[in-house]
Amino acid sequence: MKYLNEFRDERLARMLAGRIAEKANGLPELKFMEVCGSHTMAIARYGLRRMLPANIGLISGPGCPVCVTPNHYLDHAIALGRLQDVILVTFGDMLRVPGSTSSLEKERAGGSDIRIVYSTMDAVEMARKNSGKKVIFLGVGFETTAPTIAASVVQAEKMALQNYFVLCAHKTMPKPMEAIAGGKKVPLDGFICPAHVSTIIGSHPYDFLSVKYGKYCVIAGFEPLDILEAIDMLLSQVHSKKPKVEIQYARVATADGNPTALKLMEKVFKVCDTEWRGIGMIPGSGLCLNDRYASFDAALRFEVEIERTIEETACICGEVMQGLARPPECPLFGTVCTPESPVGACMVSSEGSCAAAYKYEQLI
Amino acid sequence: MKYDKILLGHGSGGKLSHQLIEEVFLPYFSEDTLYKMDDAAVLEYPGNGLVFSTDSYVVDPIEFPGGDIGKIAVCGTVNDISMMGARPLFLSAGFIIEEGFSIEVLHRILTSMKNAALEAGVRIVTGDTKVVPRGAADKLFINTAGVGLPMAEKLPSGAGAKPGDQIIINGPIAEHGITVMATREGLEMDLSIKTDSAPLNHLVREIMAVSGEIHVMRDPTRGGIATTLNEIARQSEMAINIDENQLPITPEVSSACEILGLDPLYIANEGKILVFCSQDDTPRILEIMHKNKYGGAARVIGTVREEPRRKVILKTAIGGQRLIDMLAGEQLPRIC
Repeated sequence: MKYLNEFRDERLARMLAGRIAEKANGLPELKFMEVCGSHTMAIARYGLRRMLPANIGLISGPGCPVCVTPNHYLDHAIALGRLQDVILVTFGDMLRVPGSTSSLEKERAGGSDIRIVYSTMDAVEMARKNSGKKVIFLGVGFETTAPTIAASVVQAEKMALQNYFVLCAHKTMPKPMEAIAGGKKVPLDGFICPAHVSTIIGSHPYDFLSVKYGKYCVIAGFEPLDILEAIDMLLSQVHSKKPKVEIQYARVATADGNPTALKLMEKVFKVCDTEWRGIGMIPGSGLCLNDRYASFDAALRFEVEIERTIEETACICGEVMQGLARPPECPLFGTVCTPESPVGACMVSSEGSCAAAYKYEQLI
Repeated sequence: MKYDKILLGHGSGGKLSHQLIEEVFLPYFSEDTLYKMDDAAVLEYPGNGLVFSTDSYVVDPIEFPGGDIGKIAVCGTVNDISMMGARPLFLSAGFIIEEGFSIEVLHRILTSMKNAALEAGVRIVTGDTKVVPRGAADKLFINTAGVGLPMAEKLPSGAGAKPGDQIIINGPIAEHGITVMATREGLEMDLSIKTDSAPLNHLVREIMAVSGEIHVMRDPTRGGIATTLNEIARQSEMAINIDENQLPITPEVSSACEILGLDPLYIANEGKILVFCSQDDTPRILEIMHKNKYGGAARVIGTVREEPRRKVILKTAIGGQRLIDMLAGEQLPRIC
């Protein structure tokens, strides 16, 4: 099929793997972080690790939106869902993520009105049709999703809806990459930069990673050949000893990004500090509704008692998301924590590192 | 059970469903036929025995391109009986109807049940109707049960896979689930996608007539082929190897899965059959399938090995290898 099978071609994959092996020959051990959860999934799903030479390591990064959403946010959403006449609307991934003592899936079984949509506009439509109810959208995701939430708020304003709200936990990408690049904990040579996030923000926001921190960076698509080509490009940069930001995903991503989406985000959001599950507070890494749109902010408009946050102490999601540990190193992995009864978010999300490792990379 | 309430995931056909059946239901009913976890029970009866099966249908929406709840209610039970190597004869039909349901729509659904029964050559000989207050059921639920007579002495079973067996599927996967999901979500997608719902009893009769070495037959419905193959790997204590490049899937379904972030291996089918047979019989079975209207795209998608036992392994499109597990809960659309 157009733009699908072409990027999963066995012959081309073998050729790229051969070229990577050639370029890696003689180089020291190198570690690249694939930032996005979708990269992590593709790497596991297509068995890419086994196609790489021993001195090329891939580390999973913090780019799974569900995984980095902290317990407190879920507890807040769960409390809102228990209010009278509230419809909680979410993208599907969030449903099974455990909060401190419950999850949206369990709340739905317990009677909360929780609905899944594919598009934020469906939530706006839901608000229009249910004028007696309050529709609260769970605004989770990076720059890929944030413009669609922004668009829904603008649309709701245009329609003069009084019953559409957003519980905002949006996060932005380059900041946590800086935290990882600047930290000494993970010896990292470069990044496979996000695909979809980069279609919105472009390549320039990553420039400091090569300029200031000397990291090799390639923006890569999510198909197996995309990822192999990106690794090949990274190795070329290593040979030239000139770290820079290159775009492999050129069929969609450009240096300047998507100006319409960026303008929309700027119109509706302001930058704020936000907490990342397992990583902690990263200043300036979040997006909140700005003052003009504050009336849509569910956190301001509804007063609820949120349960005290309980963190599962043995879960090492945080370390996994910073590339400090691989999923099988967690004492809970595959025993206490499995996709059907997940302890940490990394096991729940369809893009989580632990889910990827459990589903696809267990010993054959 | 780690849960004190039923979640939707318990109805997905995957791991949670299995846990529910094994840990909550089975302890109450200690029948050997239940523990076999086959699609239907094979009972002692003069001749080669009697095959008995039941299934309930709660699909939403109740009408979708290519079929409706009535068609799948007939075909589903016909197929469950057929998968045991039996010829389905008689069906029962029970209807739970929500107050306010349109009689006109009911006529349409009964018409398609009648047509499906005619095509399959089965008779609906007993039935029941109940009406519940608005909100106590979602429009219409149907239960069917059926009996059939085995067509051979040695019957296929989920536990029958043998090393060296080849695995055949009769056509492209994931069409039913994607059709229903696209209709439910009102997704504006290619209208050529429709359910594969079909009675497979004639196809089964034809292939059993040319091969005495069919070891397993299963219809990969809820939970998709990934779940069904895992069930067979566990029941047979065998390893199953599948080649992703051989898996038949239409471009439309493949695109829809990409857009929705769903894995076609886990999406329901209503007119597909997985046949495990000895390699010698493969050409004969394929030839017969290709002549049947429900088997034109039949092909071999994998083989059975001894090790690693109880595992299903996929050779990926680009030549890697990975495990295929059962579905853990509901398949959920992803964020980005």
